Amino acid sequence: MRVQSGPTTLNFHAFLSNFIIVAHPTAVQLDDVAFGYDRSKMVLEQVNLTVRPGQIVALMGGSGCGKTTILRLIGGTVRPSSGTVSVFGEDVGAMDTEALYRMRSRLGMLFQFGALFTDLSVFDNVAFPLRERTGLGERMIRDLVLMKLQAVGLRGARNLMPHQLSGGMARRVALARGIALDPRLMLFDEPFTGLDPISLATIGRLVRELNDALGASSIIVTHDVQESLQIVDYLYFIAGGRVVAQGTPKEVRASEQPFVRQFIRGEIEGVVPFHQSAGDYRSELLSGAR
Amino acid sequence: MAERGNVPPAQAAGPVRARTERLGAWTLQKIERLGFAARFFLAILRFSGPSLRRFGLVMREIHFAGVLSLVIIGVSGLFVGMVLGLQGYETLVRYGSAEALGTLVALSLVRELGPVVAALLFASRAGSAITAEIGLMKATEQLAAMEMMAVEPLARVVAPRFWGGVISMPLLAAIFSSVGILGGYLIGVVTIGLDAGAYWSQMQAAVDFRDDVINGVIKSCVFGVAVTWIAVFEGYDAAPTAEGVSRATTRTVVTSALVILALDVLLTALMFRGT
Repeated sequence: MRVQSGPTTLNFHAFLSNFIIVAHPTAVQLDDVAFGYDRSKMVLEQVNLTVRPGQIVALMGGSGCGKTTILRLIGGTVRPSSGTVSVFGEDVGAMDTEALYRMRSRLGMLFQFGALFTDLSVFDNVAFPLRERTGLGERMIRDLVLMKLQAVGLRGARNLMPHQLSGGMARRVALARGIALDPRLMLFDEPFTGLDPISLATIGRLVRELNDALGASSIIVTHDVQESLQIVDYLYFIAGGRVVAQGTPKEVRASEQPFVRQFIRGEIEGVVPFHQSAGDYRSELLSGAR
Repeated sequence: MAERGNVPPAQAAGPVRARTERLGAWTLQKIERLGFAARFFLAILRFSGPSLRRFGLVMREIHFAGVLSLVIIGVSGLFVGMVLGLQGYETLVRYGSAEALGTLVALSLVRELGPVVAALLFASRAGSAITAEIGLMKATEQLAAMEMMAVEPLARVVAPRFWGGVISMPLLAAIFSSVGILGGYLIGVVTIGLDAGAYWSQMQAAVDFRDDVINGVIKSCVFGVAVTWIAVFEGYDAAPTAEGVSRATTRTVVTSALVILALDVLLTALMFRGT
């Protein structure tokens, strides 16, 4: 188990929680988790996965298979229909609002397109969680913000507004904001989408380096197979609301499982069909109905 | 031909039943949304404490909703006052009471037009902007990001905007009425040539502070709460897409206008003393 860095927040609860985090053998654990946005259609059915402290885990699978929903379950924005979601040993589904917010203060999340606050500058975006969640003075906040921006290579862009940033820069600023409170767990929702190869490699390297520097754990929801195989420690493949395959990058590369092979090679036909299930094509054309 | 087993039960029972079911579903949906809006209002009040303690956030919203609406409120107030001056003089001069123009302009503005027209303009200018801003924050996951940072969006985003609007509205209505009275003066005294002393003194004698001014302020406060509540709710409840935000913005303006006019009837009836 990795040694965690010291507490960053000043209140007693957070201080105590950090000891619990250090002591707990899993960062995230999902046991038989099922979830549906409406009862008639379940997005997840019996998902089991484990993220250990210090690990970077990738969740992969086709669009709409429930990967982002897993991040929402971990963040507590939705609660499982059945099963347990535990973050550092605490059951997220059973948390009240106060406990949920306490848990979230130890968690950083990078959204697909950064989700930067458009009315705040780069500096103020990174300072936002520090101003809102800590009682630190402006001088200390300034130093911390500059350190976080330096870590992502954008100290020189601190006075820019979000609309002046490229996609890759916005993602890096969001990453700096995500690590502002030195989180124990980072969640990444498709961090590589829409990036050029250089920005993509930069974000990938930063994810790995920052995870190791913070002694944190990370979960990455992504479609980018090649980048993921280079930076993550473990991969889960989700399909049909379940974990259909898992393993280390080495195991995944060597896997003969049809789903894994089709996914990492990007084959159009395979166990995941090209066509959405539908009625007979000829009779539908002839019927003239919509 | 479709098999009987594939036909939905509502269609099988005929179009009247299908229509009735749709109407029922629509009504239930509207009632549910109204309930959600009421709970949302209570949640805003619950989170108002932290927002009002950080008054800088509210001040910023007063700037956006209030100060930036000053031009449209001022110009509209001036024109409405000028029109009242022209129309009022035209009518009063027939009865030989042209000196009462100041009274007519002031009472029309303070009791009725000031709060109502200012609220309609406020809904179009600031209400739509509040809805669009919150809706876009939702669509671009800014609200979700805030939640994940353990920062409550209702306290940080919604409540300051709500109070910014509620505080701005009566001030804007007061400015609208004041500029309107000045517009009436420009027409009645400066252009037509009525006596300035008569214009001001008749106004001073006829306008009652409690019955006219305070009632007007009460109206504008109620309109401020209604418009800002609608604006923040529509933004927060908007579908997180470009079309969803656009529809929400339109709904804010239309619903606000109808609610302002309905509330105006209700408040005027309650305040009407038959004197």
